[in-house]
Amino acid sequence: MDLVTQILNGDRLALARVLTHIENDTQDGRAALATLFPHAGKAHLIGVTGAPGTGKSSLVNQLALYFRKQNKRVAIVAVDPSSPFTGGAVLGDRVRMRDLSGDAGIFIRSMATRGSLGGLAQATAGMTQVFDAAGFEIVMIETVGAGQSEVDIARLAHTTLVVEAPGLGDDIQAIKAGILEIADILVVNKADRPGVENTEKALKSMLELSHPTQHIFSHHGKYMSAAPQVKDAALWIPPIQRTISIDGTGIPELAEQIAIHAEHLRVSGDWAARERARLESEMDAVLQETLVSQFRERVPESKYDEVMMQVYKRSLSPREAVKMLTNGRAK
Amino acid sequence: MTDKKIRVLVAKPGLDGHDRGAKVVARALRDAGMEVIYTGLRQTPEMIAEAALQEDVDIVGLSILSGAHMALAPRILELLKANGQSKVKVFIGGIVPDEDVPQLKQIGVTGVYGPGASTEDIIKDIKEAVK
Ligand SMILES: Nc1nc2c(ncn2[C@@H]2O[C@H](COP(=O)(O)OP(=O)(O)OP(=O)(O)O)[C@@H](O)[C@H]2O)c(=O)[nH]1
Ligand SMILES: [Mg+2]
Repeated sequence: MDLVTQILNGDRLALARVLTHIENDTQDGRAALATLFPHAGKAHLIGVTGAPGTGKSSLVNQLALYFRKQNKRVAIVAVDPSSPFTGGAVLGDRVRMRDLSGDAGIFIRSMATRGSLGGLAQATAGMTQVFDAAGFEIVMIETVGAGQSEVDIARLAHTTLVVEAPGLGDDIQAIKAGILEIADILVVNKADRPGVENTEKALKSMLELSHPTQHIFSHHGKYMSAAPQVKDAALWIPPIQRTISIDGTGIPELAEQIAIHAEHLRVSGDWAARERARLESEMDAVLQETLVSQFRERVPESKYDEVMMQVYKRSLSPREAVKMLTNGRAK
Repeated sequence: MTDKKIRVLVAKPGLDGHDRGAKVVARALRDAGMEVIYTGLRQTPEMIAEAALQEDVDIVGLSILSGAHMALAPRILELLKANGQSKVKVFIGGIVPDEDVPQLKQIGVTGVYGPGASTEDIIKDIKEAVK
């Protein structure tokens, strides 16, 4: 039996192996994604991001316990940074998720960023698709708030939680990291700590400052409109939810907000719009990759090097060079 | 395309208190370019085998100071095998009397490292073991 069939039959080892293939972007991984594609598209993808130490893993742990009580199967992708110097990583998010062990309805996978941003987004997308196809209704993706990779992952998620905590200095960390805009729900975790009111107040005033924006990511600058049958869909204004992830306070309320957001996405047509935008950009990425590699196969190495030489000497611009290599077909 | 990374699970089975040694090893392996999944304290053999499966690791490092290695190591190897992960290697760091080492090696433990062991040796052995 092949790995994909085994995954669809609920084999966890096969699932783990395919995740590795996808992370390493192997031929087998690509083939598995293609076969699993028709089975995916049902899961609710939830991004959880925020500054280091705000309690993201603890929060994911609590949310997973809560979703399990509703009998939903939960997958978790926990992303931590690779060392830029050695390429190695210590992935420590599982430490806070020990409550989740021994439950076949849960699957946790740790992942290192491994350098390239584009690669991370692609690997994360692939992994969530596998979990989705394998029947996990909820897929949570934890990332450390550091800018672009969070934005890429928010593009992937249906609902993005940005986690803050009091006591990390006066600044709102998410603003520093430039990720406040991607929040669908703001979580003030560690609400047992002094300073919650201040953190919450600061977030509120930030929210009032920023226009409520619709979180549909444009594709080629084209606005992805909401489904036509929906009349004046209300804009979503991110709620702020307090939580204490060491004891579960605020978790049912947060889960409720997440459900309301999912409902909002469906009713407004944003769910479908996000899905389409994501599939289009995936199409784009694959198309580019394929065309480039087809092109490189067609053009002899020597010819390519020759033209490149002229570019180095600045006697040809890159655009002119491409035009020459593609027989005048470039714009 | 990324080159294949060595993935290591570092776990601390048993009830004894601290994980300083485990953290030192975890960091050393990271500095050697490996991806280390760190699970923290008080892991049962079942938890360790489950994490090894979900993370599809190449090797599992156990930090054992309690003296329970002769019970824990065989149990963990057994669970790995039951999960279809008989190819996953196991090494032990901690306090293990010399006379226990041959028996541990015989059941499939690839290395046993006392408090004085050099991390270079551990790294070299892991690279050899997962080849
Ligand atoms: N007092 C208090 N401590 C908390 C709360 N939530 C998490 N913590 C503690 O905060 C620390 C960090 O928690 P994690 O869940 O590992 O935080 P994280 O954001 O996942 O951390 P990184 O993944 O390293 O960025 C741990 O010591 C937790 O026990 C909370 O609600 N209240
Ligand atoms: Mg974490």
